[in-house]
Amino acid sequence: MAGELKKTPLYPVHVKYGGRIIDFEGWALPVQFSSIKEEHHACRNACALWDVSDMGEIMVEGPGALALLQMLLVNDIAKGYPGRVIYSPMCYPHGGVVDDMMVICLENSRYLLVVNAGNIEKDFQWISGLAKYFWRVDVKNLSSDIAEVALQGPNSEKVLQKVCSYPLREMKYYHGRENVDVGGLKCLVTRTGYTGEDGFEIYTKAEDGVELFEILMEAGADEGLVPAGLGSRDTLRFEASMPLYGQELDENHTPLEAGLSRFVCFDKEFVGKEALMQEREQGLRVKLVGLEMVEKGVPRTGYKVFDETGEKELGYVTTGSYAPTLDKYLAMAFVPVQWSQIGTKLTVDIRGKKVPAVVVKMPFYRREGKKK
Amino acid sequence: MNFPADLKYTKTHEYARVEGNQVVVGVTDYAQDQLGDIVYVELPEVGREVKAGEVFCTVESVKAVSDCYAPVSGKIVKVNEKVQDSPDLLNKDPYGEGWIAVIEMKDPSELENLMDQKAYTKHVEEGGH
Repeated sequence: MAGELKKTPLYPVHVKYGGRIIDFEGWALPVQFSSIKEEHHACRNACALWDVSDMGEIMVEGPGALALLQMLLVNDIAKGYPGRVIYSPMCYPHGGVVDDMMVICLENSRYLLVVNAGNIEKDFQWISGLAKYFWRVDVKNLSSDIAEVALQGPNSEKVLQKVCSYPLREMKYYHGRENVDVGGLKCLVTRTGYTGEDGFEIYTKAEDGVELFEILMEAGADEGLVPAGLGSRDTLRFEASMPLYGQELDENHTPLEAGLSRFVCFDKEFVGKEALMQEREQGLRVKLVGLEMVEKGVPRTGYKVFDETGEKELGYVTTGSYAPTLDKYLAMAFVPVQWSQIGTKLTVDIRGKKVPAVVVKMPFYRREGKKK
Repeated sequence: MNFPADLKYTKTHEYARVEGNQVVVGVTDYAQDQLGDIVYVELPEVGREVKAGEVFCTVESVKAVSDCYAPVSGKIVKVNEKVQDSPDLLNKDPYGEGWIAVIEMKDPSELENLMDQKAYTKHVEEGGH
């Protein structure tokens, strides 16, 4: 393993539990412990635990915090109140995406932004750049001070409740709480995730990360809890059709093209609004669609998408994989809108062979009982 | 990791089990472990002539695409259709139910270019490259 890879505070537990370590955005993280499929199924049927300390945390606080976030982010942060979590893309003036993030409203003038590992420095610069024009707001990059784990799956509440006195049943989806005692550690707990299952994301001080992971592993011993890696983190979010920055989201595509219009609030000013309004009025150029392979084959990131005859190149696969829960070969892809109708027959160029696929609805997977 | 003594091995982690003038070909235990969960196997066509070292099959895991190279030259006379519906057989039983194809050898002396159990074990211990 190359010496310059960054290690998260939880690196020792990856080694202890036999994780297969790879380079992820410059971080040494486990791609799997037992097997990607096993960890994937464990999350859907019981629960699984990830180290997601590679994620970045940026604190925005002060009387001007809300005004700054309203300008930076496309979603309406004014809907926030202490304990509320809001998902939002952040755009450039031309409408392309800087990053997407979770905004945890801790207090009315204190927000924690949870951003993608590969974008921390870029986001911090972007946010700080705009913050200069706002009155009394402080932006701090806390990424290296914080360890974060994701406990996901139907048994998550039961596991976490064993080591935490706060009544988790009262914590609704996309809500959270600071200073929750988890096995004696002070944690920020949110009911959020990136798997399509119920679950929690738990933040603590970097130096307490290993202990937090071990406390949860022990609490989950009888509930089928397994340590999990990047592989299943990707297959789970993919099956739930959640976008990943760098694949479904980038500076060349707008949130509208990526199918995130429900997170764009046009009733306020924000960076990129003009471009998005124009796009909305003129109609989308391209759109993110779900594809299901009609014949067997694994469509992979970057593979080209063609029309049914295989002659006209239309777009490309942003993420493609075998979907373990659905037992299908699926993809998300950008194609021109006129080819984006459900049922449209297309082909994917899999190493020179045009393999038939059909446009299907997203999300591919939605857990039972979850409201639309 | 299990590398049976009665098999011949390639540097690229295929095995060959000699049965008369034919060899049964698949990927080794090391290869399946490195690949992780195998989700798709693109089988060669029966009747195809392959040269030793030529790509004859593609195996895909959740994370990776990997080519398989023919250990010997000859004609593909049989393929394991079962692995198309159950690609995980390559993970579960690489030397048994997870075989890939049978090649009718053109030149059995090519077998001498392959590694035995001892040499292959050493190859894997040295990193497998």
